[in-house]
Amino acid sequence: MPVKVLIPTPLRPYAEKQASIECEARTVEEALGALTAQYADLRKHLYTDDGRLRSFVNVFVNDEDIRYLKKEHTPLREGDTISIVPSIAGGRGVE
Amino acid sequence: MALRLSDEMVARIRGHAAETYPYECCGALLGRDAEDAREVAELLPLPNRREDSPRNRFSMTAEDVREAERAARSRGHDVVGWYHSHPDHPAQPSEYDRELAWPWYSYVIVSVRAGVPLGIVSWRLSDDRRRFEQEELEIASVSTAVSAVSSRP
Repeated sequence: MPVKVLIPTPLRPYAEKQASIECEARTVEEALGALTAQYADLRKHLYTDDGRLRSFVNVFVNDEDIRYLKKEHTPLREGDTISIVPSIAGGRGVE
Repeated sequence: MALRLSDEMVARIRGHAAETYPYECCGALLGRDAEDAREVAELLPLPNRREDSPRNRFSMTAEDVREAERAARSRGHDVVGWYHSHPDHPAQPSEYDRELAWPWYSYVIVSVRAGVPLGIVSWRLSDDRRRFEQEELEIASVSTAVSAVSSRP
């Protein structure tokens, strides 16, 4: 299915400053795979070393968080927009 | 490239940190990348959503981030970074900060000791994600010339 993937501002330097790509994908996993295949430097910021989506990476299909759908197996329809939205967190972390 | 913000904004970040002490405060930096510096035009204080350990951690939801992005766009800005406080801890990124950081953003950290705000430092995540690099902070007085500051954490 032809879909659009929106690239958040902090990742655009790793995607030739593009704000989005259009690709063919049947699932969110395929869409993100197409994105990182085209822009390999994005991979380390989106995925852990063992290939899981980082916990602070939120993905929406249109306006729905994939955590409440089928996560990366969420099926896509023609014209869907996949948004990558940062979670922002941190802190001194020690007690 | 330095991060440029006004002394009034620095005072507001310190004030937010003092107000929320002993909990961590957080907020967005709205502005744009100019030719010679990253300029912060506005601050957007945001709630710390960590209810379990707000003394040493902060978080914002995806909706908070989207709200910050909408606010930035409506004012002709980008979200260029985020600020938070470290209660009773230096203004230096922790390993936890590094694990959760995004590239490109400026991360401003203010240290607060016993409720008194101290050093304020800005950081950016390296491309390989292995470390933070301190970013020069230019604090522009509202009425006088810019002074360059590289604060000690």
